[in-house]
Amino acid sequence: MTLSPETPALSPRREWLLSEQPASRRQARLGQVYRTWLTFRSNPLAMVGLVIILALILVAIFAPLLAPYNPIQGGDLRTERLLPPSWAHWMGTDDQGRDILSRVIHGSRLTLVVVILVAVIATPIGLAVGTTAGYFGGWVDAALMRLTDIFLAFPRLILALAFVAALGPGIENAIIAIAITSWPPYARLARAETLTIRGQDYINAIRLQGARSPRIIWGHVVPLCLPSVIIRVTLDMAGIILTAAGLGFLGLGAQPPMPEWGAMIATGRKYIVDQWWVATMPGLAIFAVSLGFNFLGDGLRDVLDPKARK
Amino acid sequence: MTLLTVENLRVTFPTRRGPSEVVRGVTFTLGRERLGIVGESGSGKSQTGRAILGLTPPPGMIAADRLSFDGINLLNASRAEMRSLRGGRMSMVMQDPKFSLNPVMTIGSQIMEALKFHGHSSRSEKKARAIAMLEAVQIRDPERVFRAYPHELSGGMGQRAMIAMMLVTEPDLLIADEPTSALDVTVQIEVLRILDRLVADRGMGLIFISHDMRLVSSFCDRVLVMYAGRVVEELKASELSRAKHPYTQGLLNCLPKLDNDVRPLPTLNRDGAWAL
Amino acid sequence: MIDIRDLHVTFDGGVRAVRGVSFAVARGESYGIVGESGSGKSTVLRAICGLAPTSAGHLLIDGKELTSPRSPDFYRRVQMVFQDPYASLHPRHTVDRVLSEPLAIHGFTDHETRIERALTEVGLGPSFRFRYPHQLSGGQRQRVAVARALILEPQVLLLDEPTSALDASIQAEVLNLLDRLRTERGLTYVMVSHDLAVVAHMCDRLLVMQHGQAVEELTRDALRAHQATTPYTQQLLAASEGYKPAPVQ
Repeated sequence: MTLSPETPALSPRREWLLSEQPASRRQARLGQVYRTWLTFRSNPLAMVGLVIILALILVAIFAPLLAPYNPIQGGDLRTERLLPPSWAHWMGTDDQGRDILSRVIHGSRLTLVVVILVAVIATPIGLAVGTTAGYFGGWVDAALMRLTDIFLAFPRLILALAFVAALGPGIENAIIAIAITSWPPYARLARAETLTIRGQDYINAIRLQGARSPRIIWGHVVPLCLPSVIIRVTLDMAGIILTAAGLGFLGLGAQPPMPEWGAMIATGRKYIVDQWWVATMPGLAIFAVSLGFNFLGDGLRDVLDPKARK
Repeated sequence: MTLLTVENLRVTFPTRRGPSEVVRGVTFTLGRERLGIVGESGSGKSQTGRAILGLTPPPGMIAADRLSFDGINLLNASRAEMRSLRGGRMSMVMQDPKFSLNPVMTIGSQIMEALKFHGHSSRSEKKARAIAMLEAVQIRDPERVFRAYPHELSGGMGQRAMIAMMLVTEPDLLIADEPTSALDVTVQIEVLRILDRLVADRGMGLIFISHDMRLVSSFCDRVLVMYAGRVVEELKASELSRAKHPYTQGLLNCLPKLDNDVRPLPTLNRDGAWAL
Repeated sequence: MIDIRDLHVTFDGGVRAVRGVSFAVARGESYGIVGESGSGKSTVLRAICGLAPTSAGHLLIDGKELTSPRSPDFYRRVQMVFQDPYASLHPRHTVDRVLSEPLAIHGFTDHETRIERALTEVGLGPSFRFRYPHQLSGGQRQRVAVARALILEPQVLLLDEPTSALDASIQAEVLNLLDRLRTERGLTYVMVSHDLAVVAHMCDRLLVMQHGQAVEELTRDALRAHQATTPYTQQLLAASEGYKPAPVQ
């Protein structure tokens, strides 16, 4: 192949990052990251998703600074109850006279905690179960996958309900319940990927170097399964947020007066006809964050999944 | 008689660093003969074949001073015209039958599908033609193969069925892109015999694209040697041993030979000037 | 050095890929196995290194029966180069990682010098050390695969069609490399190929296989002199000469 003469000149740093002859481990890795970023950046929807998620994180971190009012302590119930959106209360107030904007801002912390904890608990479980089952095959596979099937057989919300019913309502139990019910799809995905990877010659090659199974699974199989699992987790985040909100709505997740978005919608339900903003504002927040995760997940799929790429 | 004229054919693919030309001004004519195009991977030999049939994968672009097949200008032919030409008077056989045959259709129905647009009305007539074609490519039990699905056939059988499908419309031009590379040597020779007979009996023009010097030199009448998107040498297959271009000589010499032992094997010293 | 006696390989599902193959390879010898697809030639190699199940027969290296699973010591002595260099390197590991894994597994500490030496020996040089496979050509990848096989300094190299995925000019370079390494290090080769000319170039003796069975064992000189005794070998020989218009049935 020949390149045309009008190859655009690259800045020295870009040159260094895009070098086909990296001189150090660091340059090789950073170059790889930079190439991925270039592809990701060219997808506008993915960038929108990234901006939404970054905004969520920033809002959560700086919630006390950003929120104009106390999210728990309401104002005067006679004068500040169920006020429509105005300059003083951008999203209006709820039935306790609390500023909804402040509650939504503080609620982002709960949402972020749910999302992070579920990702941190469910992803490793799913990866470990899936890659182990796929790599060893035989009875290990059969046993692990039947276990996965058992978890898959229950509808997520129902199983979460059962857990919460057993452990008692509360945001921590809701997180545990959601995490426990969301790993089986990741295990399935990781197993399917592992089945194709384990027959590859680069896995045979490392086996012939005398590597033991844990080394092969963690060092060679997992890094290849990770992208598709990350994509799946990101796309599932919307569902996880909705489940958390659903549990909150049913009164089994975060307990009043915590400003959890689902629980806020639940209280707003009573006023949906006359004071629409009480339920709508947290609903919009859920919608925006779910959308952000979906865009981000789609963008990541284009970048990370070699099969989806041409 | 000239069947195909290609003048200054260029195929360009856009890349992040600007357009990249993979075929750079290829010119040749084809009569009713066996023309070999040899070259290594990336030489542009396959893209040349695809461009003639209008099968350059997007976003690739083709340009040429002239590209005509039996008096038809292929450069400004419409999509529909190209499609009907491809299904009828021009055909292509690809390297791996596994990717070219529809896995959920029987061989017979795929061959009959190819006949659908070519004026053969009745089903029984089409079937008879299909069976005859399978026989012509030396399939011993054509009735069984007619009813078989692609996965039920061995590689050699699949490739023969594929050739039968491509030839049932009696094309005037067949472009075979590494048609035998996925096959064992003994089967390879049989498949070549079939192609050979078709050229001889039907007066078909054949472009045989391959990386295998030995095969091309023993099978074709004329050979184009491609390097970096250009034809570096064109010569009669029988005169290949007298090739003048160092690349052609290098390609011939670097093959290990059964009857003489050169050690180490001569390697190819690529000269930057060849690609200019 | 290598002694294979009456090897049988049967896969799950009852496919009998290898049926009673025996051969012996002396130290420093280069031995070829030739056959078409499905002849079981690659399976023999995979059985030697434990990637395919041995259902019957004996595999001996240096007169000692191989244990299953193979001992770490086995992997120090026997290494393999695979057919497709696009499939045999981990897509997300740099050359550096590929070469340092075996060193880490076997507890070597002088990674730096060994990796640089291995890369220089296969004709790549240290500048290739931090590249990913997608930044290498097919021939360069296969050189990395050879470097990986040699970095543990084995005595036996099993070569599974090491050049069939490469262009002819690159094939010549890789064959020359393998030839040179064998002379320099006194390695023992077992090489599988479908190409008689390649095997004749590389190997002192060869075994022709068909349908999982050994057809005939020949020396290089006998092959060159066309002294094949079985019709199948003669057929292979004829086919390797290229196309002949007159059908010989």
